[in-house]
Amino acid sequence: MSNYPAGDRGFLGDPKAPGFLGWIFSTDHKRIGLLYFWAIVTFFCVGVLLGLLLRLELFSPGVDFMSAQTYNATFTLHGVIMIFLFIIPGIPAAFGNLIMPIQIGARDVAFPRLNLLSWWLYMIGALLAITSLFTGGGPPDTGWTFYVPFSTQTASNASLALFAVFIIGFSSILTGINFVTTIHRMRTTGMGWFRMPLFTWSLYATAWIQILATPVLAITVSLVMVERLLGIGLFNPTQGGDPVMYQHLFWIYSHPAVYIMVLPGMGVVSDIIPVFARKPAFGYKAIVVSSLAIAFAGSLVWGHHMYTSGMSDNAVLLFSFLTFVVAIPSAIKVFNWVTTLYKGSIALDPPLLYALSFVLLFSIGGLSGLVLGAASADVHVHDTHFVVGHFHYVMFGGAGFAFFAAMHYWLPKIYGRIYSKKLATIAWGFMFVGFNLLYLTMQIVGVKGMPRRYYNYLPEFTDLNRLATVGSWVLAIGLVIMFANLFHSVLRGTPVGPNPWGGASLEWQIPSPPPTDNFGENDPVVTHGPYDFKEAGIL
Amino acid sequence: MTPHLHKDYVGAKFGMWLFLFTELILFGGLFILYAVYLSRYPAAFIAAGAELDLRFGAANTLILLTSSLFVALSITALRLGKTRQSLWLLAATVASALLFLVNKFFEWSAKIQHGLYPASPELQAREIGETVYFNLYYLTTGLHGLHVLIGAVVIVWVMVFIRQQKVHRDDWVILENAGLYWHLVDLIWIFLFPLYYLVL
Amino acid sequence: MSSESSHIVPYRTFILIWIALLILTGVTISVAQIDLGPLNIWVALSIASCKSALVVAIFMHLKYEQLLFKLALLSALIILAIFIGFTFIDVLYR
Repeated sequence: MSNYPAGDRGFLGDPKAPGFLGWIFSTDHKRIGLLYFWAIVTFFCVGVLLGLLLRLELFSPGVDFMSAQTYNATFTLHGVIMIFLFIIPGIPAAFGNLIMPIQIGARDVAFPRLNLLSWWLYMIGALLAITSLFTGGGPPDTGWTFYVPFSTQTASNASLALFAVFIIGFSSILTGINFVTTIHRMRTTGMGWFRMPLFTWSLYATAWIQILATPVLAITVSLVMVERLLGIGLFNPTQGGDPVMYQHLFWIYSHPAVYIMVLPGMGVVSDIIPVFARKPAFGYKAIVVSSLAIAFAGSLVWGHHMYTSGMSDNAVLLFSFLTFVVAIPSAIKVFNWVTTLYKGSIALDPPLLYALSFVLLFSIGGLSGLVLGAASADVHVHDTHFVVGHFHYVMFGGAGFAFFAAMHYWLPKIYGRIYSKKLATIAWGFMFVGFNLLYLTMQIVGVKGMPRRYYNYLPEFTDLNRLATVGSWVLAIGLVIMFANLFHSVLRGTPVGPNPWGGASLEWQIPSPPPTDNFGENDPVVTHGPYDFKEAGIL
Repeated sequence: MTPHLHKDYVGAKFGMWLFLFTELILFGGLFILYAVYLSRYPAAFIAAGAELDLRFGAANTLILLTSSLFVALSITALRLGKTRQSLWLLAATVASALLFLVNKFFEWSAKIQHGLYPASPELQAREIGETVYFNLYYLTTGLHGLHVLIGAVVIVWVMVFIRQQKVHRDDWVILENAGLYWHLVDLIWIFLFPLYYLVL
Repeated sequence: MSSESSHIVPYRTFILIWIALLILTGVTISVAQIDLGPLNIWVALSIASCKSALVVAIFMHLKYEQLLFKLALLSALIILAIFIGFTFIDVLYR
């Protein structure tokens, strides 16, 4: 339980694998997790910059500094980076790798070399995506959805971007296989299924979606590539194909992918709230079951992206109904989180602040999602800024804020150093205000009829767009403070002990930073649940 | 990786099965398209399906089923300690894979000589459903052929391991997993064969 | 070695399964010569399913694996069936 003598930096300074090569060829799950983490944070910052540029262009109607083509390329790039390089791998690949094996008392994941391969594939995919900007016909301009027929006809370099998506998808599949096998086979003595922390449970549900949905994306993007390169078009009406089938296949993956993005975030929040409320998680089993239910039901609702595609009315009806069904397990989680907080001894530390923002922002996103899930309302707001605001609430307010919560919660564990709580709170204040200013305004301007994906708009939308753009600046200030505070803490932060927050799950029982072999010679024996603070002797 | 480390056979096999599911769903995307287009162009699919040479398809079915048998037998042989026999059986599997591909090559060449390839003038003169059929046919069998090739390479790789004593009667999970992959290739073909050669 | 996976399937079983597979292939080819209308595709798919069940159960040893493997395969098949089925709710009624 005690920490190291000064100078020993655990897995960070493993003498058996020194230097840069020791990192990029490491099979240690914690090192791979950190490799992911830093790559993901870098891509996130690039994505944020592109988003700021988009907002800047929308400051006034007409061309400010971007042509239509540049604007198209910029939002495509923003989408591709944020979806495929940040949110999808974000929590599972970075924090899942860092924390999950420790949470179940394992030495590593089931297939450590495969894990390293996933990271390499991810980096190769990212490199290809970047290469696509500067080669061929220039940056892809299709939007991250790559809809046919435009994606098969555009002169921009969509083929390489599609190939990058294929490779990154492969990386995601391998992570999923690794996690499911790890959780099934490598739980330590006493770590029964219902003693697993909720974060691990959420990763389990997520990993199944990664395995069962991602291959559909692989075949779909391959078919678009085949049409671009060989002219064999299965979605091409002049060859008897049906473009709507592209949308089916694309969303068969991409809707479940929404849950790949948000389920791990829910897991982070489920882990954080009990610790800072000093109370066991209320309705542990309900949260577990709702994770699995979301994973399953989330695979049944892809059609709600296609209400205006010319799909049959029967399908619209069915998908609309099922969309409302998904709201049930999501609501179960929210109620359980709130009840966990009720009468708790709440410590309003930064991880909890970010986690609570998740609950609020995700709820707003979820409720506006019901507007879109109702087919009759969706027809009117389809492809407007209302949709853009909605998915930013869910993705950024949900998965993004959960990622920040995870950083504030677990980085002290990983680096053994803690940030300034005061600065973290100030950063949170900026981000929370800026976020709502930006995306709530976007939803309003969307309801008023401003379509998405145009660099230009009617003059009557000017005021609201300016407000949103100002919101984006406030948000950016918050992000800068938050990252500066965290980076500073990684290098020079105050050293902390093994358990700065008083958590009862296994990761808090080993030193910070964790040793390379996690628990040393003897595997831990688990005698209580992840939130039994009394049993763990913390309360 | 110390050799004394406990090796989790069930875990390794389970991981492989999960990977096979992803392959299944990868082909699943093409099966969805096949099903949708068959329901849209039933007559054209029957007409186009009649153009395929049943003899090629049936021969390839026999070849793959037999190669699956070889792989299955080779695992039993290895575990009984008959290493040489196991290697011969694997060699026979690789030979079957090559035979399958050669067969496929002749089949495709014959089709192309008859002007039946994507966007060919011959196909453009016919009903559009036949174009869809042949697009699907070339892409699906092409993707399957690629898997046959990958499977063969994997089996050769395992043969090298067996020769190097890295895979032996007490440590056979790599062979088992390679075998699982090969059976999947066979499984996909079990469905492709009736869907493309026997539509009526 | 772990006892759970130590079942060695005898040669005989494999060869019998192989013969069954060849017979089923013969059956599916002969049945395809008879015109059953729309039923045709279902008959062909049923026979293919029988064949794949044999391959999965014996050649791939699924019969001898833990329940977990069987449940996992079942989930994958159910998901694939849902993907196809729900797509058809659009395609059939368009």
